[in-house]
Amino acid sequence: MNIYEQQANNRRMTWGIMLVFVVFFLFIGLGFDYFYLSFNPAKSPQYVWNSAGYYEAAVSSQPVPFGTIIALLLGFGMVLNSLFNGAAMVLRSTMARRAVSTDSKEQQYLNVVAEMAIAAGIQPPTAYIVPDPDLNAFATGISPSNSAIAITEGLLNTLNREELQGVVAHEMSHIKNYDIRLMTVTAALIGAVCLISDFAGRSTRFRSSSYSSSGRRSSGGRSKGGGAAVVIIYVVWLILMILAPFLSRLLAMAISRQREYLADASGSELTRNPLSLISALEKIRNAVMPTNAINNGVAHMCIADPRGSLIEEKLGFAADLLATHPPMEKRILALKVMAYQARDSR
Amino acid sequence: MIILAVVVLVLCLWLVFMFNGLVKLRNQVANGFRQIDVQLKRRHDLIPNLVNSVKGEMKFESSTLEKVIQARAAAVNAGQAGNMNEILAKEGMLTQALGKLMALSENYPNLKANESVKILMEELTHTENQIGFARQFYNDIVTAFNTKQQVVPTNIFASMMGFAPAALFELPADSPEKEVPKVDLTV
Repeated sequence: MNIYEQQANNRRMTWGIMLVFVVFFLFIGLGFDYFYLSFNPAKSPQYVWNSAGYYEAAVSSQPVPFGTIIALLLGFGMVLNSLFNGAAMVLRSTMARRAVSTDSKEQQYLNVVAEMAIAAGIQPPTAYIVPDPDLNAFATGISPSNSAIAITEGLLNTLNREELQGVVAHEMSHIKNYDIRLMTVTAALIGAVCLISDFAGRSTRFRSSSYSSSGRRSSGGRSKGGGAAVVIIYVVWLILMILAPFLSRLLAMAISRQREYLADASGSELTRNPLSLISALEKIRNAVMPTNAINNGVAHMCIADPRGSLIEEKLGFAADLLATHPPMEKRILALKVMAYQARDSR
Repeated sequence: MIILAVVVLVLCLWLVFMFNGLVKLRNQVANGFRQIDVQLKRRHDLIPNLVNSVKGEMKFESSTLEKVIQARAAAVNAGQAGNMNEILAKEGMLTQALGKLMALSENYPNLKANESVKILMEELTHTENQIGFARQFYNDIVTAFNTKQQVVPTNIFASMMGFAPAALFELPADSPEKEVPKVDLTV
């Protein structure tokens, strides 16, 4: 796949993810309305004998589906918010500051960013520094013309010029491939899902008595099987609602892992020097302490997992499912294959 | 009749898309070349500063400094004349002279400790890298442009519509940049 197919693929994936989340929101919201506000458009109307002498559908005031409306509004609101000032929020949450040209090391960093922007053929992104001794880096923004690259102070002081170039090239290809937009939107949607699931979960506790009464009311005229089906749907809805934050995070991690390999590859294409990125990754790997300035919400944007946990190092199904980044081992091996230093094991 | 009309329409649409795609790439090629030009100008402006700041320390290397100054003057002249091959040759010589200067400066601990020289050296590395990456980007686009013209069936129509393959930014065959540097390890 070339770069344009990658970009198109990422745009499609952004829409796909938004669709998945809309279905999620609808499911949680409609379920909430059905069980707690007894909102049911498919309900058969009750016929009453009116004074004129015929059966007429009773004018039952259908409750407004507040749950669905709130869920959808919250989801779209958070996505819009992240598109307009997501980058600023991420940078503020990590306490990042602009790199200044008075310091010689930071001047070098600014120069490297300008060089890699030329190599990628895009506008140079704004360069930021995160005050943290650990080794990490991330990119954020919406489009190449409106983006930022941030590295930690530890990274700036530990890596030499070539290695810094490798890391910046990795982040630059996240920008060029539109990974940053995909990840920003995904982060906003995860936040919305967490909020909604939390909200619905809390409401469950307070309104559980009204469920039993409304449930009896709606299933009163029907057979016993209908009631059991409602209970099963209710249980499935409850479980999904509780698992929603977890499931959405798994989805984001799967996407993030896939994008990391790609960014490694196209970053090396920019520098034409996979060895510099290999030695940078080795150094980052050896610094296992967690990056405290970077919280979990930004984890999937970083070059290495900021939690510093060794889950990245484990190979296996659980690690594959739960890690935001592929194991360093595999990433370094893939880069070595590119540099003709290792044989492709596949 | 309808089938014929559809075929002609599809063919016309394909031609339009192909033409537009080629025009887009051609403009990118022109822009890529301008980017290299900008970086080369930057290098010309940087050199007098650099030479002035290292002149005092490196007086035993006056011939190297002299070569850098001469190579710069030749490159500036070639740039004004605008002959493509001439520019490539002169810029190649300038790159080589600068590389030698940078290598020699490693031998002077005073220079390496000097803050302003350090900044200038970083600036020089930065400029050399930018020239290199601008050249790499230009060559990548030119390759894409030429490949698009040369594949079947575009190759039948491309030259008819006035497209010609663009030249890669190569170093001339006798370029000094291609020479293997001699490393002297005697103490």
